[in-house]
Amino acid sequence: MALEVNGKTYETDEEGYLLNLSEWDEDIAKVLAESEKVEMTENHWEVVNFLREYYNDYQIAPAVRVLTKAIGKKLGAEKGNSKYLYELFPYGPAKQACKIAGLPKPTGCI
Amino acid sequence: MNETTGGIEDGDGSGIVKKFMFVNRKAPYGTIYALEGLEVVLISAAFDQDVSMVFLDDGVYQLAKGQHTKAIDVKNFSPTYRALEGYDIEKLYVERESLEIRGLNAGDLLVPVEVLSSAAMGDLMKTQDVVIGF
Repeated sequence: MALEVNGKTYETDEEGYLLNLSEWDEDIAKVLAESEKVEMTENHWEVVNFLREYYNDYQIAPAVRVLTKAIGKKLGAEKGNSKYLYELFPYGPAKQACKIAGLPKPTGCI
Repeated sequence: MNETTGGIEDGDGSGIVKKFMFVNRKAPYGTIYALEGLEVVLISAAFDQDVSMVFLDDGVYQLAKGQHTKAIDVKNFSPTYRALEGYDIEKLYVERESLEIRGLNAGDLLVPVEVLSSAAMGDLMKTQDVVIGF
């Protein structure tokens, strides 16, 4: 599959995850978000940017439980809970936020 | 990322906890064992079991600092071992003899580990419910 942004084509896997994560930029993120029907707010970007940092540090996309805990540590308890994250990404912070962040599908995600 | 615990959960949340030990014996690159083993461990973390990892033989190289994989064109996944703590997998054991033979010590490793003699490692293995080798 492929994604077209500003006249450039980007390869994705069959579920729409970006194949080459170094190609990611905010314009691509916006298109990916649209395909997930997510309207990006500052709070969404905060999670997406957090995920990119996490991936950069550890070379994996974190499990939801781990993401929740890590976000709580960094951004405070009112954001480090699954209710908050599912409100931002109703179909799962794992699936949607990782896709928008240009990360591969998280390990063990069914 | 597990959105659910896969249904392996009791209604009252008091599921049976078993001791799972994952034994890593192979060098990180050249075969897929190390990476696959690590992924299995990360997935196992979702099931609230008592998980430990053992590194022996060439497996100790999996934890070595300073892995540069560009020339062999594979991903350097060694930073992922530093994520284990966030997954509450903190029991990492390394065999002393395997380190010594290779001229390594605990300071050469990416993460804090407990270094055990071969005999002590054997004793620890005996206490496990499940031992899985990679």
